[in-house]
Amino acid sequence: MLGRSLREVSAALKQGQITPTELCQKCLSLIKKTKFLNAYITVSEEVALKQAEESEKRYKTGQSLGDLDGIPIAVKDNFSTSGIETTCASNMLKGYIPPYNATVVQKLLDQGALLMGKTNLDEFAMGSGSTDGVFGPVKNPWSYSKQYREKRKQNPHSENEDSDWLITGGSSGGSAAAVSAFTCYAALGSDTGGSTRNPAAHCGLVGFKPSYGLVSRHGLIPLVNSMDVPGILTRCVDDAAIVLGALAGPDPRDSTTVHEPINKPFMLPSLADVSKLCIGIPKEYLVPELSSEVQSLWSKAADLFESEGAKVIEVSLPHTSYSIVCYHVLCTSEVASNMARFDGLQYGHRCDIDVSTEAMYAATRREGFNDVVRGRILSGNFFLLKENYENYFVKAQKVRRLIANDFVNAFNSGVDVLLTPTTLSEAVPYLEFIKEDNRTRSAQDDIFTQAVNMAGLPAVSIPVALSNQGLPIGLQFIGRAFCDQQLLTVAKWFEKQVQFPVIQLQELMDDCSAVLENEKLASVSLKQ
Amino acid sequence: MWSRLVWLGLRAPLGGRQGFTSKADPQGSGRITAAVIEHLERLALVDFGSREAVTRLEKAIAFADRLRAVDTDGVEPMESVLEDRCLYLRSDNVVEGNCADELLQNSHRVVEEYFVAPPGNISLPKLDEQEPFPHS
Repeated sequence: MLGRSLREVSAALKQGQITPTELCQKCLSLIKKTKFLNAYITVSEEVALKQAEESEKRYKTGQSLGDLDGIPIAVKDNFSTSGIETTCASNMLKGYIPPYNATVVQKLLDQGALLMGKTNLDEFAMGSGSTDGVFGPVKNPWSYSKQYREKRKQNPHSENEDSDWLITGGSSGGSAAAVSAFTCYAALGSDTGGSTRNPAAHCGLVGFKPSYGLVSRHGLIPLVNSMDVPGILTRCVDDAAIVLGALAGPDPRDSTTVHEPINKPFMLPSLADVSKLCIGIPKEYLVPELSSEVQSLWSKAADLFESEGAKVIEVSLPHTSYSIVCYHVLCTSEVASNMARFDGLQYGHRCDIDVSTEAMYAATRREGFNDVVRGRILSGNFFLLKENYENYFVKAQKVRRLIANDFVNAFNSGVDVLLTPTTLSEAVPYLEFIKEDNRTRSAQDDIFTQAVNMAGLPAVSIPVALSNQGLPIGLQFIGRAFCDQQLLTVAKWFEKQVQFPVIQLQELMDDCSAVLENEKLASVSLKQ
Repeated sequence: MWSRLVWLGLRAPLGGRQGFTSKADPQGSGRITAAVIEHLERLALVDFGSREAVTRLEKAIAFADRLRAVDTDGVEPMESVLEDRCLYLRSDNVVEGNCADELLQNSHRVVEEYFVAPPGNISLPKLDEQEPFPHS
């Protein structure tokens, strides 16, 4: 049951084959078993069970709320959740309990979803490995998969070989690990420079970044106001569409949401005619650092579309090489501004110094933030200094326009969807990853994903195949602004073609597998 | 804000941090002087904490300098991707509030309905009165 798609589970719940409480307890038990992954910061057991109880009542009286009723989900710990600790994996907010729900969280709860817990991340969502949070790094479930272990010719049951575990990617690594390890069916992440798509690619999941302005950011603790969006992590495209259907829409509490008519519910049509599609391949994305395996898969994907009759053309995004630099300046500048709210007075950590407000603020912020956050605040403040403002910040804003225009030009030349890699390579071992500092890693790992945030376009990472080492590799599709449905339709067709393998976590599922076997016998009828 | 600027202007950086800027000058672009460090620390209310942090900033600046190569003549800065749209404004009606108690609960120091702050208008200690990097 835990490995099924959202639609299948929803059907099973409606048919009474399983109750929300049973489902909830299975997930909770798996969360406990997979604790070593460190995917969750807070497991909201009581809350989830209570929600499950209420969901059960609704199913019994035939009044279920929809496809998400009774479905376990997880939420990244930078979304505010009323009554549940929200830390952003930082000392600054340890023990902080928000008095309200983020709009996206509220929307999921209104649909009856069960909140399993808050997932781990890089501190304040700054990073590309989910390794720099105060609660420790997140481990990629694929490190323990049969596919990976067999390639490394190791005994899958040996305990002492844990030193070579792999990162999940970041910064929504906890959400990715939670979904990948079957502890929930969908998870919310946030995407500022690729933070949802990067871990999705490394954990073999669908990582969807909606158009900027489609989904409300109210309650998402902001990093970069002009680029942040809530992201969705699921195991298949259909599930992502269902979640998006619940989340998309204007919010009076977020003035950057757009009042555009959106088709609800988000039903994805089957892609009728691939031959009418035009796929663009940005040539500047072929960088020397790209691993040969990813490059080969990218090429095969392009060939696949071509063989089905689609038009596949090379496009140019000329300012690509400056994109990461521009992102770096804008991101640190906005971060410097957004982090100014943490002064210890109204919420969050407060130090013991009481000599003066300035001394108190300074000490609170030194104690509350880690090096990465402090580094970005200082860099941002540097770029915002009067003498630097024109040359760095405004310059970066101008370059941002050039980058956004590059995309507009590409789409105007008849392209429907762009196809690019998501990451340079598959997930690397943690010990390898920490050899370089956070900023260097982010600059390397965000290279394919951050331009999309600067232009505000929708993008999705789809898992394509396993590498020679048995690890997931994903490719990214980028769509036109507010054409999220079209993008997901193309992605769904592609997903069906590639048939990405399911992760085999036999050792973990040992206790659950007996129950799983019994359930396979019961057929589930799906109403399409 | 003004008082802080005036304060910085009056304060001549006497000596600066010892054994620190002398290392910065040979390697760095010379841009990260002690004055800049102090200025940034005051503005950000976050300290560098170590020599490595300054080096990281220098690298970040060098990285950002690559933008100079882009020709942006006649290009307007882009502040938001939604610049072509009108912002939606709510009508000016009070629909929620009265949650003072809930909000006060999150603070460490509260007296009745007030957040308690230490006294303002007291400058941070001068640099030469502090040891360099006391918290590295």
